[in-house]
Amino acid sequence: MSERQISAGSPEFTIGGGRITKAYQSFRRWPFIPVAIAVSLVVVAIFAELVAPHDPLEGDTYDRNEPPAWAEEGSLKFLLGTDHIGRDILSRMIFGARVSLIVAVTVLIAGAALGTLVGLVAGYMGGLVDEALMRLVDFVFALPFIVVALVASVVWGASLELVIILLSLFTWAPFARQVRAESLQLKTMDYVALARVAGASGFRITARHILPGVVNTVMVLSSLQVGSLILTESVLSFLGVGIPPPQPSWGSMVSEGRQYISTAWWISFFPGFAILLIVFSMNFFGDWLRDKLDPRLRQI
Amino acid sequence: MQRLILRKLAAIVVVLFGLTLLVFSLSHATGDPRYLYMTQYTRTTSEAWEAQGKAMGLDKPLIVQYIIWVGNAVRGDFGDSVYYQRNSLEMILEALPATLQLSGISFLFAIALGMPLGVLSAVKRSTVWDYLGRSFALLGQSVPPFWIAIVLVLIFSVQLEWLPTSRRGDWSHYVLPVVTLGWLPAAGLLRLTRSSMLEVLDSEYVKLAKAKGVSSLNIVWKHSFRNALIAPLTFAMILLAGFMTGTVVVETVFAWPGIGRLAVNAALNTDFPLVTGLALVFGVVFLIASLFADILYGVLDPRIRYE
Repeated sequence: MSERQISAGSPEFTIGGGRITKAYQSFRRWPFIPVAIAVSLVVVAIFAELVAPHDPLEGDTYDRNEPPAWAEEGSLKFLLGTDHIGRDILSRMIFGARVSLIVAVTVLIAGAALGTLVGLVAGYMGGLVDEALMRLVDFVFALPFIVVALVASVVWGASLELVIILLSLFTWAPFARQVRAESLQLKTMDYVALARVAGASGFRITARHILPGVVNTVMVLSSLQVGSLILTESVLSFLGVGIPPPQPSWGSMVSEGRQYISTAWWISFFPGFAILLIVFSMNFFGDWLRDKLDPRLRQI
Repeated sequence: MQRLILRKLAAIVVVLFGLTLLVFSLSHATGDPRYLYMTQYTRTTSEAWEAQGKAMGLDKPLIVQYIIWVGNAVRGDFGDSVYYQRNSLEMILEALPATLQLSGISFLFAIALGMPLGVLSAVKRSTVWDYLGRSFALLGQSVPPFWIAIVLVLIFSVQLEWLPTSRRGDWSHYVLPVVTLGWLPAAGLLRLTRSSMLEVLDSEYVKLAKAKGVSSLNIVWKHSFRNALIAPLTFAMILLAGFMTGTVVVETVFAWPGIGRLAVNAALNTDFPLVTGLALVFGVVFLIASLFADILYGVLDPRIRYE
């Protein structure tokens, strides 16, 4: 156990002297590149109208299937080329970033808040309430998410709101489980007992003495979840049950370009690569944050 | 052991009950469930409309309607597919073998790739091998499955023309779907195997074995790997869930005639009876698989005691 707790990011860790090893370690010490990617995505998503060179929804069929700028027949007008109806890929990706950001942020806030609340209540109340809430968490874990999403899309029709609601309904469960486990531990602390002796109410104890203790865990879990949220949204959009067209979303862009893969590979390639880049960055950042803040979560 | 299995079976029944309740309430969520079970062609006459209502017990209280619906579902009658006008269960059972076959092969592929790499990563800790292994794991968990599928098709089918792009057939049709589907679980297995190998390699009995002079080959494979083997089973549920999503995506991309593709098509055709039938079948398969994982876990590691 002792060996594992020395994270690769800590300065005393210098075993192995290869160049790749060193590069990797300095990369882990402070993940500059992943953070830079994530921050630029957020900036681009917020100022999409200013950054995007073209309208994401309007295209001229005269310009259809234009290759990227560096290809032989490419032009600087369309840096990453155009799709099958002449829309600029780069502009659509920039607006697609906004969709991913909206989904990730709203779902995380909703899921983390609900999960933390449930976890605190279950951990503090114990007994029947705890039992019932934890069985509910088990139930959510046992549900096959993707098919539930397919069924829901039949009933209500695919929309951005539905994607957000569905993802939120599944995202709170891991938060609840982890926060409960932590608050059970914190409850046995002396300072909590002292607060109780001093006459603090249950609400006050939970809010002032237990909640601050689980904040780290919630932060780490959130950062670890961002990547998979963006990935899941893109899967739903790719399958046609996520963000409905013509609204640009990275997943549906890949899907639209699928039938032109042999003649216009760039339609599918770039949006998918953008997903890979941002999810990889977020996962890397999450890993790093976990090692820094909460090594107990290693297994997740 | 028996108590464990009974407990798990009870949990499965509860989950299935919840799932049916969920699907049933969804069928009422938009008002009259007949709109989801009948098409504009089958509901042309008011007689047909009334007959369907009677069959579903719509004049009776909700609880009776639920019992009728569950009774039918248990007997395998999810209602006829609205789009294909065929018995849903028949269609599902026709598609199921293709999915099980693809998943089985992909699972073996994931084990063959992920576990040895995990061991390598742990044994050669903080060397280039370890970083390569961990980078692969991190990358594997970040790649959108549909994108890796398309890139593989672009390289091996379009450019090199080595492998077919889609559908079922001889062995060459399996390569790309299996790699795509196995990729993500392989990455997960690598991470889990690595972390549990590290833990075991650090334990007292391995140190004793080292002190006794046991060869390092024996230490790794006999003393450590056997114990590290069980770790992935702890996270079987998460791995299985990822696998299921993967099946749906991979079958859609490669036009594989399994239940994943059937589910997506059913959703796009707003085919409620078929998609709910598939949801229940997916649920049952998922729960049975996780039950097996739990039992295997109990058999392999007698230290596990379920309270």
